[in-house]
Amino acid sequence: MSENNYKVNLDNIFEGPMDLLIYLIKKNEVDIYDIPIALITNQYLSYLELMKSMNIDLAGDFIVMAATLTQIKSKMLLPAHEDNVSEEDPRTEIIEPLMQYLQMKSAAEHLAARDILGENTFVRSADKEDYSISDDEEIINVGLFELIDAFQKILKNISADVGMQFTVNRISVKDRITELVEIFEKQESITFNELFSSNAGKGDIILTFLAILEMVKVRLVRIVQHVQTGIIRLFYD
Amino acid sequence: MIEDTKNIIESLLFVSDTPLTVDHLKKLLPFAETKEIREVLLALSEEYETRKGGFFLREVAGGYQIRTRPEYTKWIKRLIRPNPFRVSKAALETLAIIAYKQPIIRSDIEQIRGVDCGGILRMLLERKLIRVLGRKEIPGRPLIYATTKQFLEIFDLKDLKDLPTPEEIEALGNST
Repeated sequence: MSENNYKVNLDNIFEGPMDLLIYLIKKNEVDIYDIPIALITNQYLSYLELMKSMNIDLAGDFIVMAATLTQIKSKMLLPAHEDNVSEEDPRTEIIEPLMQYLQMKSAAEHLAARDILGENTFVRSADKEDYSISDDEEIINVGLFELIDAFQKILKNISADVGMQFTVNRISVKDRITELVEIFEKQESITFNELFSSNAGKGDIILTFLAILEMVKVRLVRIVQHVQTGIIRLFYD
Repeated sequence: MIEDTKNIIESLLFVSDTPLTVDHLKKLLPFAETKEIREVLLALSEEYETRKGGFFLREVAGGYQIRTRPEYTKWIKRLIRPNPFRVSKAALETLAIIAYKQPIIRSDIEQIRGVDCGGILRMLLERKLIRVLGRKEIPGRPLIYATTKQFLEIFDLKDLKDLPTPEEIEALGNST
C-alpha cells in the first residue's frame, strides 16, 4: 500500500470513527454487507497512525473502533466449526450500527433540504432587529463611552461667555423626554448633534443628554453609529 | 357567513406570529364549527396556491402559518438580516437521531454517532430545538431528550409523523 492512499480531507478527520469507516468503505467501493474486514481494518489503523504522526489528538472513540475492527478481523480468521453453522457473521457487529448511522446521515440531509424557517421561508412578523442595513451604511451600536464623548464635544462647542442664567420655567427630564418623543414621532431618526441646538444653555444640553440616556435605558430609542462618518443617529422604535 | 369567517381567519393568520391551531381558532371564533374552520383553512390554502403569490399557507407544528415562498428568499434576505439557521453537519445528525429515536438518552445517541455529543446537545437545547423530557430510571438517571415545537416550526413539519419513514430515507439514500 503506497503512502498516498491515505490522502484525506482534513475536514473529515474529526467527525468520528463511523465517518472514517464509511469513508474507507466508499473509497474502496466495497459492499457494506460484505466488508473486506482485513483490508478495511489495515487502512483504518494506518489512518490512525497518520493522524498520530500529524500530532492530532485521537479521541478514545477511534481507538475503541480500532479494537472492534481488530477483534472482528481475528474472529474472521478463526476456522468456522461445522457444528456452529448458525453462528452469525462477526461483521454484523459493525454492519448494523453502520447502516443505522448511514440512515441517520440521510435523515440529516433530508432535514437540511427542507424549507427551513429563517433560511428558505419567512414569516411576516420578523424581528425589528433583523432589518438589515445595506453594506455602505454599516453601523454599529454605540456604547456609553462613545455617547459621553459626543456629549463632551457638544459641551465644548457652547460658547464660554454664556453667563450664568437663572430661568424660572425649568423643565424636568420627564418633560424633555416628552418633547423628544414628539420630535421622533415626526421623523423616525435624528442625529445626535441635531438634538442639541447651538444656542442652548449648558443646563439645557445636560437635560437633553439625561433624557436620551433615560430613553435608551427604557429602550424607547436605539442609538447607532455610522462606521465611516462616526455620526451617531438615534432611532425611535 | 363563510366568506366572513374566511376573512376573519385570514386576518388572524396574517397577524399571528406563531402557527395557529384549529383549536385556537375555534376558541377565538366561538360561532364557527371545527369543520367550517378546517374548510376555510383549506380554501385559503388553495386560493394562495392558485394565486401563486409571494406567500402560501403552511401546516406546521400542528397549526397553520402564512409563510413566504422559498423562491423569494433572495429578495427577503435583502430586506432583513435573518438569524441564520446555521448548524454543523454533526449537530444536524444529532438532531436527526433525536427526531427519529425520541425519547432518547445521550448514551444511545452517542452509540449511533460513535462520538461524544455533550457540546452539541447543549447547543441544541440552547437553540430550543430539543428539550429534556425527564430522567430515565436507570443507573445514573440520564436525561431523556426529545424535539420541540420549535423544531417542527423551523423544519416546516406538520408533526413528527411528517418526517419521512426510515424506508423512505433509505430510498433517498440509495438514490444519492
